[in-house]
Amino acid sequence: MNGPNTDVIQGTLDMLILKTLSLEPMHGFGIARRIEQISKGVFKVNPGSLLTAFQRLERVGWLDSEWRQTGNSRRAKYYSLNRSGRKQLEVETANWNRRASAIARLLKAEG
Amino acid sequence: MSVWRQVTRGIRMLGNRRAADQEIAEEVNHYLEESTAMFAARGLTPDEARRAARMEIGNETAVREQIREYGWENTIDTWFADLRYAVRRLGGKPGFTTASIFTLALGIGATTAIFSVIDGVLVKPLPYQRPERLVALSHIAPGIHIKDLNIAASLYFIYSEESRVFQDVGMWQSGAWTVTGLGNPEDVPGLTVTNRFLTVLEVQPALGRSFLPSDDDTRGERTVMLSDGYWKSRFGGERSVLGRRIMVNGTAATIIGVLPPSFQFLDRKISLILPLRLNRTEVRLISFCCQGVARLKPGVTLAQANADVARMLLLAPSKFPMNLGLNGRTFTDLLIAPNLRPLKDVLVGDIGNTLWVLLGGVGLLMAIACTNVANLLLVRADGRRQELAIRAAIGAAWGRIARELLLESSLLGVAGGAFGLALAYAAVHALVASDLAQLPRIHDISIDPAVLAFTLAISLAAGFVFGLIPAFKYARPRLSSALGSDGRSVSQSKERHHARSVLVVVQVALALVLLVASGLMMRTFQALRRVDPGFAGAPEIETMRIFIPAEQVPDPERTTRMEEAILHKIEALAGVSAVAMTTGTPLESCCDNNPVRVEDQAPREGATPPIRRFKYISPGYVSALGSRLIAGREPNWTEIYNRTPVAMVSENMARELWKDPSKALGKRIRPMSIGDWREVIGVVADLRDDGIDQKAPSIVYWPLLRENPGAAGAATRSPVYLIRTPRAGSIGLRQEIQKAVASVNPNLPVADVKTLEAVYKRSLARTSFTLVLLAIAGSMALLLGVVGLYGVISYSVARRTREVGIRLALGARRQNVTRMFVRQGLALSGIGAICGLAAALGLTRLMRSLLFEVSTADPLTYAGASAALVLAAAIGSYIPARRATRVDPMEALRAE
Repeated sequence: MNGPNTDVIQGTLDMLILKTLSLEPMHGFGIARRIEQISKGVFKVNPGSLLTAFQRLERVGWLDSEWRQTGNSRRAKYYSLNRSGRKQLEVETANWNRRASAIARLLKAEG
Repeated sequence: MSVWRQVTRGIRMLGNRRAADQEIAEEVNHYLEESTAMFAARGLTPDEARRAARMEIGNETAVREQIREYGWENTIDTWFADLRYAVRRLGGKPGFTTASIFTLALGIGATTAIFSVIDGVLVKPLPYQRPERLVALSHIAPGIHIKDLNIAASLYFIYSEESRVFQDVGMWQSGAWTVTGLGNPEDVPGLTVTNRFLTVLEVQPALGRSFLPSDDDTRGERTVMLSDGYWKSRFGGERSVLGRRIMVNGTAATIIGVLPPSFQFLDRKISLILPLRLNRTEVRLISFCCQGVARLKPGVTLAQANADVARMLLLAPSKFPMNLGLNGRTFTDLLIAPNLRPLKDVLVGDIGNTLWVLLGGVGLLMAIACTNVANLLLVRADGRRQELAIRAAIGAAWGRIARELLLESSLLGVAGGAFGLALAYAAVHALVASDLAQLPRIHDISIDPAVLAFTLAISLAAGFVFGLIPAFKYARPRLSSALGSDGRSVSQSKERHHARSVLVVVQVALALVLLVASGLMMRTFQALRRVDPGFAGAPEIETMRIFIPAEQVPDPERTTRMEEAILHKIEALAGVSAVAMTTGTPLESCCDNNPVRVEDQAPREGATPPIRRFKYISPGYVSALGSRLIAGREPNWTEIYNRTPVAMVSENMARELWKDPSKALGKRIRPMSIGDWREVIGVVADLRDDGIDQKAPSIVYWPLLRENPGAAGAATRSPVYLIRTPRAGSIGLRQEIQKAVASVNPNLPVADVKTLEAVYKRSLARTSFTLVLLAIAGSMALLLGVVGLYGVISYSVARRTREVGIRLALGARRQNVTRMFVRQGLALSGIGAICGLAAALGLTRLMRSLLFEVSTADPLTYAGASAALVLAAAIGSYIPARRATRVDPMEALRAE
């Protein structure tokens, strides 16, 4: 329990989902795995939060979803990024970069 | 687009919840499967893999719930679920639900009914365009002690011509005319008005035209406008009525217009409107005759208008000639000052105070009803506290439980409101139909949208407020105490009982306030009934009025002889013991008030002597009315026809002027202006002519055939007949009176037939109305208060059965046990009574203006109300307490 903090940074889950889906449509578990892998285990996504985030993003209109057969012939809900989702990803990415570089500058100044 | 998506998806979810849930479950399932597969691929056994996957995702159900909670439709969904649950729970306890709804319906119904009266009478605007700009042109004249002086023709012209603040000025006078030629002769009420009167009100005729200045020309034929009702009933709503002529007081008048159906003016009965036909050149300065009404220019305040009128009053003496025989200072001596009032105030009068007191009364009742239901809810919540505690313990949110309790109470509130509305509807209907209260604007009273909104608001507020108490007490998670004590403790915890005791104390206190208020009204009513009105045997006095137009019988003496002939005809009817004439039915003071000069008491140089009421009477007045002659005698017919200068005065006037009534005889008085000095030949007992609760005015009784300055004399053309007979009020008598009048003159309608008792009752109407309503509210409050107390005591008895069992087993005597519970009830009601007495002392001050010869701190009322309350409380706690003595100690101890 007391290992390193693997929580997703607050407020970035949506961006991570959008980014992951910008590569290809994926189902929930796939996205969770992908985030873990790409972050090299730094972030572990909480399944509840993830699935709730899908509801939200779909309702807001950034994601589309459909039920499809997976590779191992299970039925899964696949999410894909639509046009407004792509736009949103750009916005969030730009936003994140701006803030991350600001924080990096601040930390550097202090160090 | 995204809002659209929110709405459509939300609705789809709502519409097919099951499919949506299914989808969520599948998605979570799939996640688990993939996760399990992954762990299995890492080399775990299938069981271990499944466990690891579950560990990662956490509680599956919780996850599903978390996902499904997203979205607005979910909130609605849970609300509906809670609502269904609340309805089911209420339905499961029909006794509790019925009692609560009934109690609330009483409170809400009473409050709604009174509110609709207030809304109709006080709040709704008058039915004209921009009614807030309409003012009544009234004045005060401190020079002759008149607090409400009407308007003079001279002032009307000055205000019309010189004003800076009025858009339009009008003047009106109530009247009644004999209309002949349309079937039986009929006494028809209406107004005479100046030609711009309808323009002031911005009323357009429905048919034809309004009055024009040319209608005031006395050389032309009279014109007349009809009310919608009169037009429909007498002319069948024929449009060809325009240009037709009707006989009004024996002369022809041409119909020029018909008023719209909605037209009304100050609750007057109006069938006809005739022009006043003033001739400006003939108007003298002192010519008070009529009521004035004006429309203010936009943006003008009442204060500005008053200031402008004050300015114009100074102009008056220079614009109009003084009346003959009066000197130039008479007008300025009156010290006339403006006292403009909104037209609505004139209509509504001082009923406002009564209505607010009543609203306060039913408001208290409503509070008691709410407290009662809150108490019932507390009992219910107490019974459920284990359930609630368990729910809280397994994670139900505080807000969710509170919401559920509040939803339940709000549901009760709304249901109570719905039934209350039905009650209010019936009550308002009965009130309007009975005209019991003599309310102004009674036909404006209805359950309209404003009233509906009010009812909804108080229903929801009530439900919410009394639901808060149990919500606060039981929604908080306090598992240890609630779970631990499962109701099997020997006695009840003090804290749990506390809230209900406080509620009962509040109820009792409020009930006492209402009891005191109705007690004070009862004492007022008694005091009024004790007042000697100045007449006796009112149920046996029939009154009616006739009117002999000068156009029909011009000669004053012939008029009087005709009236005397009618009097003798009526005297001859079976069962009639006395008949006399007077002017103005007693208690319906019409306003013939004038200064009277006294020979041996000359007023200060230039000052105007005090005004007195004038009445003109026939011989037999004192005995027909059942009054008393304090000294002297009445005038006889010979003196009347000879115009012998005699008069009678009221006792209070005689005492004021000459200390001793007998000393009044032989003294001489005369009306302010001119004429012979008239000798006082009699002193009559005081008459409460302005109403039972008003001081008796000082009255001068002149002979029926009156002296008229500069003329041979004037008849009293509209006398009121006082007919003393045990048959008063019967239809047979009324028909015989009609025949008797017709046998003397077939063209005279008989008007205003009623018994003096009816007039007397109407004079007490407002007090009895207030009394009845407060008494109803008071007794309901007492009942509810006692029921509340009963509830607390019986609950206490039920919870303490074991304790009672132990006491009895140890040898306590049964009556001591009973006494213990009664003492508890009396202590609660005692505290309530003390608070109630203090509150009553403060609150009843608000109803001071409703009381008559009773102090708001009347000790008898307070003692009586407290005694009634304590007695009721003793009974209310004795009945459940007795149940405690029936406890079988063995049973009680074994029971649990």
